[in-house]
Amino acid sequence: MQLVLEKRVERSGTIALVSPLIAVGLTILTMVILFAILGKNPLLALHAYFIAPLTDGYSLQEIAVKATPLVMIAIGLSLCYLANAWNIGAEGQFLIGAVAGSWVAVKTQGTDAGAWVLPAMLVLAAAAGALYALIPAICKVKFGASEILTSLMLVYVADLFLDYLVRGPWRDPQGFNFPTTAEFDPVATVPLLIEGGRLHLGSIIALLVVAAAAILLGRTIKGFEIRVVGAAPRAARFGGFNANQLIILTFAVSGALAGLAGIIEVAGPIGHLQPGISPGYGFTAIIVAFLGRLNPVGILIAGLFLALTFIGGEQAQIAMKIPLDVTKVFQGILLFYVLACDSLILYRFKLVFPNRQVSRGAG
Amino acid sequence: MELVEAIILAVLAASTPLLIAATGELVTERSGVLNLGVEGMMIVGAACGFAGAWLTGSVFIGALFGVVAGALMSLVFALMALGLAVNQVATGLALTILGVGLSGLIGAGFVGERITPAMHLYIPVLTDIPLIGRVLFGEDGFVYFSVALIAGVWWFLYRTRAGLILRACGDNHVSAHALGYPVLRIRTFAVMFGGACAGLAGAYLPLAYTPFFIPGMTAGRGWIALALVVFSSWRPGRLVVGAYLFGAVTILQLHAQGWGVGIPSQFMSALPYLATVIVLVLLSRARSGGSTAPAALGTVFVPDR
Repeated sequence: MQLVLEKRVERSGTIALVSPLIAVGLTILTMVILFAILGKNPLLALHAYFIAPLTDGYSLQEIAVKATPLVMIAIGLSLCYLANAWNIGAEGQFLIGAVAGSWVAVKTQGTDAGAWVLPAMLVLAAAAGALYALIPAICKVKFGASEILTSLMLVYVADLFLDYLVRGPWRDPQGFNFPTTAEFDPVATVPLLIEGGRLHLGSIIALLVVAAAAILLGRTIKGFEIRVVGAAPRAARFGGFNANQLIILTFAVSGALAGLAGIIEVAGPIGHLQPGISPGYGFTAIIVAFLGRLNPVGILIAGLFLALTFIGGEQAQIAMKIPLDVTKVFQGILLFYVLACDSLILYRFKLVFPNRQVSRGAG
Repeated sequence: MELVEAIILAVLAASTPLLIAATGELVTERSGVLNLGVEGMMIVGAACGFAGAWLTGSVFIGALFGVVAGALMSLVFALMALGLAVNQVATGLALTILGVGLSGLIGAGFVGERITPAMHLYIPVLTDIPLIGRVLFGEDGFVYFSVALIAGVWWFLYRTRAGLILRACGDNHVSAHALGYPVLRIRTFAVMFGGACAGLAGAYLPLAYTPFFIPGMTAGRGWIALALVVFSSWRPGRLVVGAYLFGAVTILQLHAQGWGVGIPSQFMSALPYLATVIVLVLLSRARSGGSTAPAALGTVFVPDR
């Protein structure tokens, strides 16, 4: 007797709807076991992770701030993945966007530059992110080089480039030798939505991006092409859709969004350029994209949920001394369960009895 | 003279974890599976390897802990990517995220502890030969093992029937399946071999490279190992050259600052990644060379029944 996978005739709509919920449920179950192993009260720990951050205004704002880059990057990635283009280098595009935008901020520092500074930073960051994402896309389309490997390699190049800038030419002379630029001028900072709060304009931009993606995918021909090229490449060829052009387009859009997220993070909550501006947003956004079922609204919900785990993790560390690493374990396990449950949309398990098949074949 | 010897020794030490991890990933990828979780498996191997050595006082048992931990991590990957036919890229990244978290949890209790690092070989007279003595006859066991490992893998892939079948699975799983080979089982073994190697490579760091454990001590070596496999165009011979080349770059970058060379260290660190991108593009252009990626690399396979 053996358990094997069998392709379903049609994809299962029911499982497609409930699979993220099953995955979250299974993850929480696993976390309960992990908390028990760590010697912490699982109920209290779950409360610290998932309930406590939702009960005060500061944490709620903090969740929105954390979700902003995750959602923006994940929306771009979802376009790529729908078109079967595997951009996994969003982390690098995020960093390059942050660098390009910061260039304006650093060069205008202390001058009487006007209100054009922030818009220029945003535009430049998006353009730089898009250009950086085009490297793997063009290598893929022109030479057939795996975009998975090239986009991943470029993450580390971007990381080292940023490191070089803030330790070298852009280092704040008054920064006590810390690797960081000087604090950005007010005109180079993303404005806060509530005076004295944490919520900033970036969250509004993220919501606009979600809306734009929903319209693109649901209401336009380009969106239809993206979905068809990914889901049915042969049908797309017969339909005359240009798959290569869509790889270029989706990579450019996702790079631009990641770059934009990068500069918003730097000019918003952080306020200056330094190494470690991203706790792996570009990689966590991949979880967000899959957990959100590559659907804009789903990604918004998934992004808020993942942001909750970041904030909850910090609170659980303070309140219960639960190590921050638990958040990483949580995110990894969640992605595993999401992927496993997704598999059941296309496949189902079947019991086979190899012996009987053999004897039937022989007879 | 002594400086040259010291540099060669440092390059060998820096290259060994890259060589071991990349050898494992090479076998995995030759069977058609792309496991991006090398960094995650390595870092869990580092934590478990140190834990094992600290608890038992034996570097050898520590290394075994690392091997088993890496293999177990890769088993999770195999279960997902092969058993459930899940996308390999996403699964590999999940494995790395999970591994970084797990190693932090496992290793938290061992930060600040020290162990006696792996012994170095000493043969009277031979080890005392100037310049080459310590390089050839004064290394720790990991270094010798890594060379034997890649030689063994070369022999396995190109000189045995099992190796031929493994490569067949990587190049065309449908044909291999049609010929009656158990593609998924072969790939599971290949993935677990890769995991065991990654775990050993991770364990090398706290057992031989530095005699203590710090969180995140693999510091991206798993990604370099991954790059190395591509850089070597999936060939064991070139993998050895690439591993020592990449190792040399990391050591030179440390010395370049001392010598007052005007190249920022970050540019040197970025070289392996940039070189890999360029090699990948050149390889993909010259497809006729026959030394390209395994044709079925990273694709999902569900056997028809």
